[in-house]
Amino acid sequence: MVPLSWYMILSMIVFTIGVFGFLSRRNIIIMFMSIELMLNAVNINLISLSHYLQDLRGQILAFFVIAVAASEAAIGLAIVIALFRNKATAHVDEVKEMQG
Amino acid sequence: MKLYLLIPFLPLAAFMINILLGKEVLRDKAHWPSILAVVGSFFITITSVLPEVMAGKVINEDLYTWIVSGTFNASVGFLIDPLTAVMLIVVTTCASLIHIYAVGYMHGDTGYYRFFAYMSLFTFCMLMLVMGNNFLQLYFGWEGVGLCSYFLIGYYFNKKSAADAGKKAFIVNRFGDFGFGIGVFMIFLTFGTLHYADVFANVSSIIGQKVNFLGWIVDLPTLIALLLFCGAVGKSAQIPLHVWLPDAMEGPTPVSALIHAATMVTAGVFLVARCNPIFNLSPVAMNVVAVIGALTMFFAATIAIVQNDIKRIIAYSTCSHLGYMFLACGVGAYAAGIFHLYTHAFFKALLFLAAGSVIHAVHTNDIQEMGGLKKYMPITYAVFVIAGLSAGGFPGLSGFFSKDEIIWSAYASGSAVGKFVWILALAGAFFTPFYTFRLIFLTFHGKYRGGHQEEHPGHGAHDSHGSHHGEHHIHESPKVMTIPLMLLAVGAVAAGWVGIPPLLGGGAHFAEFLKPVVGHPEFHGTHAEEWGVMALSTTLVMIGLGLSAFLYLRKTDLPEKIAKQFSIIYNILFHKYYIDELYHYTIIKPTLWIADKVIVAITDAKIIEGVVNGVPGAIGRFSQRLRKVQTGLAQHYGIFMAAGAFFIIALVLLLR
Repeated sequence: MVPLSWYMILSMIVFTIGVFGFLSRRNIIIMFMSIELMLNAVNINLISLSHYLQDLRGQILAFFVIAVAASEAAIGLAIVIALFRNKATAHVDEVKEMQG
Repeated sequence: MKLYLLIPFLPLAAFMINILLGKEVLRDKAHWPSILAVVGSFFITITSVLPEVMAGKVINEDLYTWIVSGTFNASVGFLIDPLTAVMLIVVTTCASLIHIYAVGYMHGDTGYYRFFAYMSLFTFCMLMLVMGNNFLQLYFGWEGVGLCSYFLIGYYFNKKSAADAGKKAFIVNRFGDFGFGIGVFMIFLTFGTLHYADVFANVSSIIGQKVNFLGWIVDLPTLIALLLFCGAVGKSAQIPLHVWLPDAMEGPTPVSALIHAATMVTAGVFLVARCNPIFNLSPVAMNVVAVIGALTMFFAATIAIVQNDIKRIIAYSTCSHLGYMFLACGVGAYAAGIFHLYTHAFFKALLFLAAGSVIHAVHTNDIQEMGGLKKYMPITYAVFVIAGLSAGGFPGLSGFFSKDEIIWSAYASGSAVGKFVWILALAGAFFTPFYTFRLIFLTFHGKYRGGHQEEHPGHGAHDSHGSHHGEHHIHESPKVMTIPLMLLAVGAVAAGWVGIPPLLGGGAHFAEFLKPVVGHPEFHGTHAEEWGVMALSTTLVMIGLGLSAFLYLRKTDLPEKIAKQFSIIYNILFHKYYIDELYHYTIIKPTLWIADKVIVAITDAKIIEGVVNGVPGAIGRFSQRLRKVQTGLAQHYGIFMAAGAFFIIALVLLLR
């Protein structure tokens, strides 16, 4: 068995990649992929802790997270399609109506 | 239920009824609540209060305590002693008769209910003033009668001169009330209480005390007395605050009779008499009172001899008689002052009401446009003559006894000030019958000089209406007006008979009645001197009467020649010594200038607008900068959220 810390470092790295991707990419689809990355990083954390602490609750919570991620992706893509139909762009820095 | 409580509260109920229901429900029956209330008060006074007081009973009770703060009690209370009883007789009798008269005089006027509502409110406030047992209730009644005076003078509010006169009366009164208010504060600071009984019982504790007032060290009794006298100067139209009284004649004549002759203006004299324990401690204050009274008396009498408006002549006469009353109080003869107040109420109200009868008939106030009216209005003429003789001090009538008492008290007071005011009082004894009979002769004798005006459109106020009636339309007034005149005439003749001095065989009952309240002055004079003074003043009265008859009955062209000869003096007197112009240039114009150039232009436009506009402007400019944080880009918001979360977690971990 590898030490627990390796898994947690892995999850930290993936989460950080996800945060940076979300904050700095222009394309809305890439932002959604980053969100999924963040959620999956959390899942890695939960599963590894559940295995190392022999507590099943981590894995159950991971199920919840997967379900929520899936539904959130569905709704988010529906919003993107609506946005694309109105603004004909997938670049978020061109959607600035709420400025000011 | 104590019966005396009904005396002020009946008119209050009449006011509430009239003001709430008068316009729609009562309309031209609005006089019934007021008349029933005030006549009810009169009956309760005569049948219940007066016999008790004459038997020696004094009522001093608090009805309701409004404020209790430490040792300070502000309460609604009633004190009924001989002085109050005299004032109650004056107020209720005159008010009843004048209310009845006003039914005829104000007939058909559109604001009928308003008139009677305010008259009832006035009666209530005046009764609270005289029946109060503490200074706060006195002040309440004082302000209340001033307010009703404003309402009633400005009754014809559509007329600018009437509205201005109402304002002038209230504002000039306010000057006096300012001093009066400070006087009441001083009384509270000194004695810790405002109830008369407590203040007057402890008044000897302040003899000789000095206080620091605005930087000067002054004698405390003198200070309090003079401050209280400020209020009396304003309310009773003494110099220098007399300017409102002639203008107050813009109100309807019953108002002039009730408020500006019999009751409100006498509140100042009542105040001085009520506070006589304080005044007695301060010779300076008493001299001030006597001198101001004497000067006002002389001053107003000299103005009255050249005026042409019937009501203004009587107004200056009132001013002059009030000077007599203060003269009496100033030399210590408070009972004589109150006696004159009592007789004056009858003959002065009678003069005003009879003048109203004349105005009602000829629709003008200018006596130069009247003349020869005695054959058309015999009852009015007869009561006018009776009132004039009483006012002038003709022997045997009530005015003679009260005036003579004052003149003798001035002479016998023994001080230099007393002698000075006695001389002025003698001059007044000459002038009073002179101008009163000038008025009577010019109005009722000779040939009718009026009826030459052009048509006057509309009805307008009674008081300045050009007559398009000819001579043949003049008629005597209806019974509802002449019966009060006749009843008042009985008072003008006989009311003084309760105070016939011992010299003439009477018992001086009036002075004896008031002695427990106001004391008795020391007289330094012999019986022979008393006869001499009486003879001298009576002679002066006859000379005044005779000269008036000579100038206005016999040689009627002579007055005009004299006026032309002494035109400077005539102009000064006619323009009332230019006091109104003086006040206008020294007080009113600077005040209006300050209001315009300083208050409006600087404090209002610059300072207040600066704050009111500046604060929102600054907030606006700040928010313009702050809103740049909202970029509209979700990623920027995401950065803020991530940074915030990071900082909170770091804080929690570091502070562990």
